[in-house]
Amino acid sequence: MPASLSARLCSLALSLLLIAFALPAFAGPFEDGVAKFANDDFSDTEEAISVVAGSGNKLAFPIISALQDGRLMADPDSKKVYVTGADGKSIDAATGEAVASVPDSASAVRLNNRLRRSVDAALGSLTLQSPDVGTRLQAAQSVFKSHEETALEAVDAAIAKETNRSVKAALGEARAAILLFKADASELEKLEAVATLKARGDQEAMALLTGMGDQPASVTKAAASAIGSIQSSLAIWSSVQNAWYGLSLGSVLLLAAIGLAITFGVMGVINMAHGEMVMIGAYTTFVVQEVIRTRYPALFDYSLLIAVPLAFVVAGAIGVLIERSIIRFLYGRPLETLLATWGLSLVLQQAVRTMFGPTNREVGNPSWMSGAFELGQITITYNRLWILVFTLAVFAILLAMLRYTALGLEMRAVTQNRRMAASMGIATSRVDALTFGLGSGIAGIAGVALSQIDNVSPNLGQSYIIDSFMVVVFGGVGNLWGTLVGAFTLGIANKFLEPVAGAVLGKIAILVLIILFIQKRPRGLFALKGRAVEA
Amino acid sequence: MTPHMLTRSLDRSATIFLAVVAALGILIPLSNLLLPAGSFLQVPTYLVALWGKYVCYAILALAIDLIWGYCGILSLGHGAFFALGGYAMGMYLMRQIGTRGVYGNPVLPDFMVFLNYSKLPWYWYGFDMFWFAALMVLVVPGLLAFCFGWLAFRSRVTGVYLSIITQAMTYALLLAFFRNDFGFGGNNGLTDFKDILGFNVQAEGTRAALFALSCLALIIGFLICRAIVSSKLGKVLIAVRDAESRTRFLGYRVESYKLFVFTVSACMAGVAGALYVPQVGIINPSEFAPGNSIEAVIWVAVGGRGTLVGAALGAVVVNYAKTFFTSGVLAPYWLFMLGALFILVTLLLPKGIVGTFNAWWDQSKEKRNAAALASAAAEDGVTEPKMAE
Amino acid sequence: MLSKSIHDIAASFSRRGVLAATAGLMLGLAPLTGATAADTIKVGVLHSLSGTMAISETTLKDTILFLIDEQNKKGGVNGKKLEAVVVDPASNWPLFAEKARELITKEKVSVVFGCWTSVSRKSVLPVFKELNSILFYPVQYEGEESERNVFYTGAAPNQQAIPAVDYLMKEEKVKRWVLAGTDYVYPRTTNKILEAYLKSKGVAQEDIMINYTPFGHSDWQTIVADIKKFGSAGKKTAVVSTINGDANVPFYKELGNQGIKAKDIPVVAFSVGEEELAGIDTKPLVGHLAAWNYFQSIKSPENEKFIKAWQAYTKNPKRVTNDPMEAHVIGFDMWVKAVEKVKSTDPDKVIDALPGIEAKNLTGGVSKMLPNHHITKPVFIGEIKGNGQFDVVWKTPGLVAGDAWSKELDGSKDLIGDWVGKKCGNFNTKTNKCLGSGS
Repeated sequence: MPASLSARLCSLALSLLLIAFALPAFAGPFEDGVAKFANDDFSDTEEAISVVAGSGNKLAFPIISALQDGRLMADPDSKKVYVTGADGKSIDAATGEAVASVPDSASAVRLNNRLRRSVDAALGSLTLQSPDVGTRLQAAQSVFKSHEETALEAVDAAIAKETNRSVKAALGEARAAILLFKADASELEKLEAVATLKARGDQEAMALLTGMGDQPASVTKAAASAIGSIQSSLAIWSSVQNAWYGLSLGSVLLLAAIGLAITFGVMGVINMAHGEMVMIGAYTTFVVQEVIRTRYPALFDYSLLIAVPLAFVVAGAIGVLIERSIIRFLYGRPLETLLATWGLSLVLQQAVRTMFGPTNREVGNPSWMSGAFELGQITITYNRLWILVFTLAVFAILLAMLRYTALGLEMRAVTQNRRMAASMGIATSRVDALTFGLGSGIAGIAGVALSQIDNVSPNLGQSYIIDSFMVVVFGGVGNLWGTLVGAFTLGIANKFLEPVAGAVLGKIAILVLIILFIQKRPRGLFALKGRAVEA
Repeated sequence: MTPHMLTRSLDRSATIFLAVVAALGILIPLSNLLLPAGSFLQVPTYLVALWGKYVCYAILALAIDLIWGYCGILSLGHGAFFALGGYAMGMYLMRQIGTRGVYGNPVLPDFMVFLNYSKLPWYWYGFDMFWFAALMVLVVPGLLAFCFGWLAFRSRVTGVYLSIITQAMTYALLLAFFRNDFGFGGNNGLTDFKDILGFNVQAEGTRAALFALSCLALIIGFLICRAIVSSKLGKVLIAVRDAESRTRFLGYRVESYKLFVFTVSACMAGVAGALYVPQVGIINPSEFAPGNSIEAVIWVAVGGRGTLVGAALGAVVVNYAKTFFTSGVLAPYWLFMLGALFILVTLLLPKGIVGTFNAWWDQSKEKRNAAALASAAAEDGVTEPKMAE
Repeated sequence: MLSKSIHDIAASFSRRGVLAATAGLMLGLAPLTGATAADTIKVGVLHSLSGTMAISETTLKDTILFLIDEQNKKGGVNGKKLEAVVVDPASNWPLFAEKARELITKEKVSVVFGCWTSVSRKSVLPVFKELNSILFYPVQYEGEESERNVFYTGAAPNQQAIPAVDYLMKEEKVKRWVLAGTDYVYPRTTNKILEAYLKSKGVAQEDIMINYTPFGHSDWQTIVADIKKFGSAGKKTAVVSTINGDANVPFYKELGNQGIKAKDIPVVAFSVGEEELAGIDTKPLVGHLAAWNYFQSIKSPENEKFIKAWQAYTKNPKRVTNDPMEAHVIGFDMWVKAVEKVKSTDPDKVIDALPGIEAKNLTGGVSKMLPNHHITKPVFIGEIKGNGQFDVVWKTPGLVAGDAWSKELDGSKDLIGDWVGKKCGNFNTKTNKCLGSGS
């Protein structure tokens, strides 16, 4: 027994050795294929990919994955192609021998979209049996997308060995996609394929079913009924999706308006520079990320966590400064504050333009805010999800602060009856400054979140100011809950109108609805009752 | 109204204002047309067009002061009425182009030709006639203001709520006029005008005449406002401004008064827009931008709310500052200047230029009276107190 | 005390500014007398430095100042130094007209380089015609215009949109098209031309989706989902984007986050260049396309020299260049050559001299001013790379002549612009007539 094992091992080693030595000995189709990478011509590169991927050579995977990552270097003069590793070591792509250095004249082999698809398809069939589950799943999905007949054998082999359930399901779907387009597949196989795709039930499955071309009558019929059922389930999902989009838009509106709900709603100050506080928050994020990029690149994923308190402090401090130097002279004259803060917003915009330049600044998404996941048949992007969570958290903290802290109590006292509060020993001017600072600080925090989905430019604030006012007025001035309900109502209404009326008409319709709504309830959704309204 | 009554109802600053506007309205066109180009006293055509624009803004400011200064209605959407008047005039001017458009289509304006309109939309009918367009300049803004005001004032929407929904109105119109499907030329708006009433809009004579007309409109607008605010109606308006509920309890139908003055103001804004368009040469949706309406309110605040003269003066001063700061070495910094101007005026001159001047004048008059008394007293051997600088 | 501080402030500005300022403030009405020496040629710069368009236009102002600086180092033009007159029309269209008038009549400039949006150009057009001056317009636009006083150095639709669509059809085998744009005249016209063109190539109506959004649109969730849905009909789909400046960043962010990769649904944009990309993290966008007449990454001696000098001038080694800047470089060069040719800055002479003038572009070719006042340009298709630059994947074999009037539109297919022979911007070749007033 041990003898036979060692004999088999020996022969295996020998044959491996043979392959390793035999291959470079004569220039076969593989070597010719590799050389084509050096031609800097997209059709030649495509040919090279298919030759290399189909060669069965063990260098195929490193070559193709290097091509995908831009690590495949080609020298146009000598027609030599090199694979450079992440560790700086390089090998000759045709022979697999290590080379000391890649010549300077070599440059990375270029790709375009068509080639990227070929690379994906090639890598897909090459990595179907990779030890890593994630890679296998991805491979199965790219085979599903490309559904090329040549991959069928590899898929079948992979299915036989696969143990992971979700990968197995993905492989089954990939197999179905291939069979559906395979001319000589039997009718039964095709019917099974249609059933598999129907079970998958998403847009991509529907795309395959609609684009499958000429098929036997029974298959066409089955496909038509599958398309029908997918369509009706997608229609239900699309209204779920609209609701989600509405919530997401509502959270953005709420975030932009919540600071205003304090300065305008609670203090009665019409702060036209509110949008600029949002802008300052966004630029704070930019500065934080710039510092992190140049000094501590490893911390990039935490950049937003650092930016949130900083933005609060920066915008809040500027808010206190504004209150002390301008607003406090204008209490009781709300319309004058409108004018002064409008002037202030011009100054702040131009100041940012002078300091940071007029163009957009790059604020990156940390990895945990990039990408999306599928929930049923809808796509939920992480950045929108986090913004929604963040907004609700800010709202809850603010509410708790107003309710349970001493400062919150003082704020409510001052806004309800300033003179009474003063005679109870509250330093009203200090409370004013802090309240305004709080509103501005929250606007700054909003800027951090908005920098993730919008431009960071000097015009950032202006695009939110009108919407913010609409939200506060619609919800009812002086009521934070009103702002919350107002923001989500407007967001959801907008998103349900948009598919019907288009983006522009939808927005106009919302504005007209607000105007009409105010006629019905002149003090917004949640009106303050009592004598305060006549003030 | 006899001249005698007219002069009696005018105070000193109003008389000076009317005299200055009339003098400008006569002298500037004459100097532009009669004096040789380049001579020191000749006003170049460039300035005639520029000042024509200022005068139109002054009419708009007057319209805002009428409702804000005397009735407490802060409209942040008056630019919409201005723009609607402008569009009505612009549509007339477009129809006058006739076959001189780039595609040579006798009926359709150029933008309709390349957006494949087969025929003129119904709402463009009639605008080839000047009288109809002129009527629409008053009717369209007036009707919108009437409907809007009727809804808003009847529901007792006041204060900031009213301001915000006027802003929503102009914002909605902005978005609507941006749409190319709306049939008003989209973002490009209406431009490349040729003739007005058969005169070339670019000719110096036409420009001078338009300038004189604008001054005349400013004078008429001013007299109408004066007549309204100094009548019994005006007293009720001021009462509404100062204590709306009390006025209502006294038995006045507050919403009717507000509606009347709001509609008049919108019509005035429409006229201002109509005069503005041929002098500037373009009307486009950016005139509906909420920022423009806010700026117009600021002119009134700078000049002095509730003084009428101040509103017109404020419009000219702020816009002159804008023209001046946006050229030459100051160009990159002009927003700082403009922003600082707004902040400083609200902080240091809460009554605006004219209001502050009036207060100072009254004060110094009292002082002069006091000084007269003092000098009388000096004869009795009392020394005059030293005035602080 | 007060007068001293005024002096201090005054000292910080240049002498000329103060002169003008005092003169302006004191005389009020009277025209400002600029302290111009007779030995300079004034060049007007009409680009917004504030407001919404400052984001794009400020760079162009810097470009012209840079070009003037370079020219003056070479001794100026016709022995005279060039002097820039910069004004800020503040992204406000009526103010554009006012400032154009000011530049021409008050400052007496010989030529104006300016405008970005179509509406700003339309707003100043009557002024340039009335006062007979010259405007160089550097931005790609919708065409349908050929004016005697304007020289269009940006791309006409046939120099950008149509080659891009051709590329997608041939190279990516695209069968289904989303035409997404901001709702204004440039996207409207471009999409109209493209729609007609696609139909002439056999694309069915149901394979074209047209979508318009307002300026500065920031919530793209629904539209991106729609595009995704439209793209899953079993045919290769591409998006042709004429989305304007500010709205692009949120659009691309949403595309990236919803997982639409360039290899699934490529987006080809006509308004996204190096400047716009400088504000986005481009890694999720790799492979999306843009069609321009110039890319910073193009290797040519002229381009390398220009980029080096520009970065030295702006003292920013990372400062990018873009297509409208190149248009200004070509336009400025052409104007200098025309002025040197006629030895005068008289507008009529310069206008007549300009057609036929050739100038090197930065991509290694020679552009020529055509009788319709548009220029010949090469067209490049670039793919976005991870570093915010473009990788050229395709280019036209030669230079493409700019068509003032699109051959794809019913209204303009018979029109040509010819300011040399016919002296007419909109000449109908069918009826042999110059339409409208013609000037």
